[in-house]
Amino acid sequence: MTKLLEWLLGVSLVLSAWAVVSFDLLELSLPQTYREVAWPMPLYLLVTFGCYSLATVGYRVATFNDCDEASAELQGQIQEAKQDLRKKGLKI
Amino acid sequence: MASRKTSQPKRESGDKYSVLLPTYNERENLPLIVWLLVKYFGESGYNYEIVVIDDGSPDGTQEVAQQLQKIYGEDKILLRPRAKKLGLGTAYIHGIKHATGNFVIIMDADLSHHPKFIPEFIEKQKEGDYDLVSGTRYQGNGGVYGWDLRRKLISRGANFVTQVLLRPGASDLTGSFRLYKKAVLESLVERCVSKGYVFQMEMIVRARQLNYTIGEVPISFVDRVYGESKLGGNEIVSFVKGLITLFATT
Repeated sequence: MTKLLEWLLGVSLVLSAWAVVSFDLLELSLPQTYREVAWPMPLYLLVTFGCYSLATVGYRVATFNDCDEASAELQGQIQEAKQDLRKKGLKI
Repeated sequence: MASRKTSQPKRESGDKYSVLLPTYNERENLPLIVWLLVKYFGESGYNYEIVVIDDGSPDGTQEVAQQLQKIYGEDKILLRPRAKKLGLGTAYIHGIKHATGNFVIIMDADLSHHPKFIPEFIEKQKEGDYDLVSGTRYQGNGGVYGWDLRRKLISRGANFVTQVLLRPGASDLTGSFRLYKKAVLESLVERCVSKGYVFQMEMIVRARQLNYTIGEVPISFVDRVYGESKLGGNEIVSFVKGLITLFATT
């Protein structure tokens, strides 16, 4: 099963559960409060997921390591390499 | 067995590591990356070879490679040039054909990937007998040098979206510093059709699909020292296209 199908399956499961409760499709005669709580749920979930995404990406950007030592080490090694290679007879 | 010296188990293992270096106009960088590879393989004692696949660079990369071959020996530096620029996927296929090791390491020749991490890759691979070990900029001590806020934001954002949609089981999908079992790389390269950034992503997504095991090692990515590094609108569009394709087909 492709990821696309997995997603479609997941989303349709959630949506049908939501429709059953919100519109009382199976005539389960659920209390009115259930329907009132269920009705805006998809929007709440969407907003929650959006906030989670923004917070996660923001945190990860803020904590992305700047490898200053790695760059400094590399620069040093480049000089070392150039000297050594010249000694070994490399002509550029 | 207790009497056997423990200081040299690496050479006895019979494993050989072939480093594939696809190059195009890397005259400045090639000697430096080769020097670093020789240094770190020499220190760690693993058996290795470097396969330089130059795609007809007009800047004379191939002549530099020939000089390096004279310095370090034909058993260590293999030259397998191609007539013109033919893309990364076919460069790997070309390189694998000539590689004599049972493991293959792929990395960029522009010094953004440091050979000091290779011994860590090898240890990681042995630790779990992983089919592939991927370097990751997004975990542990991994990171980048030379990226501004915009670049970091795009990178993290793209990575997050991809993780959510594809759940690939690896944290760095577009990185190209990896160690593969040779047979695994062969089977993956055959299946992958994407270009550019998406190629590396497809490799790891397909690896997961085929139930290959993946190990990860944090790496520092130092953006191109010599030459231009680019991330423009075109790259982003082709990334999104590739992502959607993988989403619908894997």
